[in-house]
Amino acid sequence: MKALRNYLDKIKPQFEKGGKLEKLHSTFEAFETFLFVPDKVTFKGSHIRDSFDMKRAMIVVVVALIPALLFGMWNTGYWHFKSLGEAEAMGFWDMFFYGFLKILPIIVVSYVVGLGIEFAFAQHRGHEVNEGYLVSGMLIPLIVPADIPLWMLAIAIVFAVVIGKEVFGGTGMNILNPALTARAFLFFAYPQDMSGDKVWIAEKADAFSGATPLGNALVGNFDNFPSVHDLFFGFVPGSVGETSTIAILIGAVILLFTGIASWRVMFSVFAGGYIMGLIFNFFGANAYMELPAYYHLIMGGFAFGAVFMATDPVTASQTNRGKYIYGFLIGFLAVIIRVVNPAYPEGMMLAILLMNVFAPLIDHYVVESNIKRRLKRIKVKA
Amino acid sequence: MSEAVKRKEPLFSPRNKKLIFNPLSKENPITVQVLGICSALAVTAKLEPAFVMSISVMAVLAAANVIISMLRNTIPSRIRIIVQLVIVAALVILVDQVLKAFAYDVSKQLSVFVGLIITNCILMGRLEAFAMGNKPWPAFLDGIGNAMGYAWILITIAFFRELFGSGTVWNYPVMENLGLYDLGYKNNGFMILPPMALIVVGIIIWIQRSRDKELVEEK
Repeated sequence: MKALRNYLDKIKPQFEKGGKLEKLHSTFEAFETFLFVPDKVTFKGSHIRDSFDMKRAMIVVVVALIPALLFGMWNTGYWHFKSLGEAEAMGFWDMFFYGFLKILPIIVVSYVVGLGIEFAFAQHRGHEVNEGYLVSGMLIPLIVPADIPLWMLAIAIVFAVVIGKEVFGGTGMNILNPALTARAFLFFAYPQDMSGDKVWIAEKADAFSGATPLGNALVGNFDNFPSVHDLFFGFVPGSVGETSTIAILIGAVILLFTGIASWRVMFSVFAGGYIMGLIFNFFGANAYMELPAYYHLIMGGFAFGAVFMATDPVTASQTNRGKYIYGFLIGFLAVIIRVVNPAYPEGMMLAILLMNVFAPLIDHYVVESNIKRRLKRIKVKA
Repeated sequence: MSEAVKRKEPLFSPRNKKLIFNPLSKENPITVQVLGICSALAVTAKLEPAFVMSISVMAVLAAANVIISMLRNTIPSRIRIIVQLVIVAALVILVDQVLKAFAYDVSKQLSVFVGLIITNCILMGRLEAFAMGNKPWPAFLDGIGNAMGYAWILITIAFFRELFGSGTVWNYPVMENLGLYDLGYKNNGFMILPPMALIVVGIIIWIQRSRDKELVEEK
């Protein structure tokens, strides 16, 4: 550790103003703060700097994603062998290892492409490398099918990082969640590889139906519908990290405990989805509407979106009251899109992206109403 | 009086050249003035309709500019907009009929958008801003220039959208002949959707502004 510090201190002058590697300054800084807690101090005024900088906050999110990732690896292998009819013969590690080999390239491509663009933009614009991609780079592999061609993924990531984020000024400035932008791009650009019943199981046998519960529910096929137990633990086909509600809840506990994600958003997304489910139950016009409301919370990407996507501090509402409205409408709209719109089996992505766009508007009105309320209290009129 | 005799301006004086070439870059109707966006999004999924649309706009804009310019001193200013509209509408009907007679397939693809040239902001803008105050020849050049500025953006967008969205260039299957489909390449369905046209326009504006700093507004 000491040697590393000494080495960094030795090469540091080369990257500072006037040094011969000045252009790579932000690259150097990114690695330095990655390895060591930044030693910046504020000189003017009395400010306290916490050593818990953005990079460490982001890494906590990545840690929170690990349960879902590990489960996703096992699940990928499980469904692959199950579709081939070999699930009985294969052990736990066979399945896990198969999924690991499937998903590792996705993660590598995601980080290499995404961070490559981040570094390039940081050098070009002369600012620090933004940490935001550490999380996006892990989220993206978890919300795509395990079989996705890697070149498609690379194009989607280029699109998401450049058009979704850098155009607006980089991390902290983006309107839309970059990971969901990548997924939306894939969904509209290559629908045959991102939806339907062919894509959710890696290299599956042709005869085996690979429809997700959501896909089945949308066409009204409720025979052999997975039990609550299977949905909650995640023994269903789907995107890599979205299937297991329990693994996602472990992540949610980590995020809430460290205070990184907002419990207001998380809570109100689940509330919104549940209430819309109850409303559909009340009408009960078809079999999908009669599905018990809590099913919606454990099916598909609802839990994953609620815990990891909706709570993104950049794109969510900033005000506390705004967070309730924002979260509630995400859950509410996601379930409406699922049940009513025949074109989209999963509504979570579109609901979150839509509310991302509306978040500033919600904040605006929350702040306005707050000002109005307080102005009323003034006794002396100006 | 001998002093006041105007020297005849050459046909392509520097001033007149500017009328043609400025709209191609610095005063581009689409990327700088952000006019005519609607049709730029709607007809650019393929090169052929984009090209035909550009030619139609060019014909209508040049002719309308000349006619309005000739009438400019006789049009009462209170009803000038409706006069302009009548002239443009007449020209658009002509163009539409010609397309239907000689290029029926493309005319069907363009459908309502030929008719909508009437409401194209570029036309209204040029007629109001230029033809109402200038002589016919400069007005003609201005019309051609602006239509060309419109055309090259349209054709650029259409080229990329057709290449990546359908894998063809002017209906010639480029991607197939390169053998990319065998390698697992697939067409990008998002390119065909209108939102992607908006993003491509945005990228062109981005490139243009990063090259020409004059266009960037001060904060």
